[in-house]
Amino acid sequence: MAQLDYAEAKKVVLKGLLILGVVTMGEVFVALFGNGHIIHGFYLHKIVFYPVMIVLSLYKAYFIVYEFMHMRYEVKGLAMSVLLPTLLLVWAIIAFFQEGNSWHNRRELIKQKDQESVHSQPAPETGMLDDGRTYQIQ
Amino acid sequence: MATDTALEHNADVQDGNLWEGGKAPFKASYGKLMMWYFLLSDAFTFAGFLISYGALRFSMPTWPVPDFVFKTAPFGVENAPLIFVTFMTFVLIVSSVTMVRAVQEGHRENKGGAVFWLLMTIIGGATFLSSQAWEWNNLIGKEGMSVTTNPFSNFDEGGKYLSAEELEKAGFQKVETESHGAAATYFLHPHAADVPDNRFFVKADHHGHSLAGKEFSAGNHYLITYNHSTHLYEHGAYLAESGQIKKEEFGPRAFGALFFFITGFHGFHVFSGVLFLTIIAVNVASGLYVKRRNGYEMVEKMGLYWHFVDLVWVFVFLVFYLL
Repeated sequence: MAQLDYAEAKKVVLKGLLILGVVTMGEVFVALFGNGHIIHGFYLHKIVFYPVMIVLSLYKAYFIVYEFMHMRYEVKGLAMSVLLPTLLLVWAIIAFFQEGNSWHNRRELIKQKDQESVHSQPAPETGMLDDGRTYQIQ
Repeated sequence: MATDTALEHNADVQDGNLWEGGKAPFKASYGKLMMWYFLLSDAFTFAGFLISYGALRFSMPTWPVPDFVFKTAPFGVENAPLIFVTFMTFVLIVSSVTMVRAVQEGHRENKGGAVFWLLMTIIGGATFLSSQAWEWNNLIGKEGMSVTTNPFSNFDEGGKYLSAEELEKAGFQKVETESHGAAATYFLHPHAADVPDNRFFVKADHHGHSLAGKEFSAGNHYLITYNHSTHLYEHGAYLAESGQIKKEEFGPRAFGALFFFITGFHGFHVFSGVLFLTIIAVNVASGLYVKRRNGYEMVEKMGLYWHFVDLVWVFVFLVFYLL
């Protein structure tokens, strides 16, 4: 796509300021609203809260890269050679969050095991003689 | 006619073989292309840090809540969750916008305009850095957060802060001593060794107002008060719903290290950006880029870096302050 002329380009700048400003205000509003700062005691569920935040931030990232960094006006090959490698991060996120979750489970397990106590009498000790039968040790 | 055909033929060959040399297949100069690839690699570095933050956060049963940790602002504002960091975000967005203007004026070979908008961008970057300096100073100096100590956490069960009388009634021993030249009072279990881990304090805020008797429920946030005269973390004693007397424990240790390292690494990028913007503004003003006749491409490359710093902040803001 061709470069914009000067007047149009200046308009894009103003539009960019508005879009990024409004989206950021929106994010902060959702963060405060979702954590009970606007209506006392009202909390947004994480299933709604997290995706809204992530989508709004990804939109800001898209806008910065495509408009401010002019990726929209670059040759497709350049754009793809920069953007496609970032898809590797999708796997990194899945793998490391899975790992973090596993650490969490292990911490819980260790905590649980630490709190275990033995209430019953210890089992009588047993021994084995040469004949293969077990005997209780008195 | 014959020459036309030859030219057309030649053009066809060129279009079909952009990669055979002599042309820039991506229609971008070497410098600009390499700036893009540098930014890609830098994006991976930042992503590595942010993903490790996510993995460590996932691995902890509790994590400090951002709208509680980041609720102070300059000029004594104390209960304004996220307001100051929102201001910092706006500063960075505005400096990104002024950078776009600098690049546009550069394309028009308008020296004065480019220098003016570069200076605006430098001011934006410096404002951001000063704001971050205030934020760090508040966290380290006032609230006592460090790379190894995190005084922010959440209660895992409800309860009520205890007063000195209640603690003594419950059999705790009052210890009145001196620490760094100031009087310190805390309570110990009978026969417990006098080490920081065993000390119970009557909860007071940073202004010294006692919070004894205040009730809270599971999941509520607390900040262990750091006493600046005694240099002690005052772990507030409380009666938990389970009937046990407990004290506030430090939060996940990784939080401080992750926060200071990641925002510090980003701040270092802003700092280097301000230095480079200054160098480029001086070069533009001296007329160096006019001679190159490439529409002040150096300003454009710097613009890419500066927008990237803003782009990274979008994600730092997301993971540290919003989620």
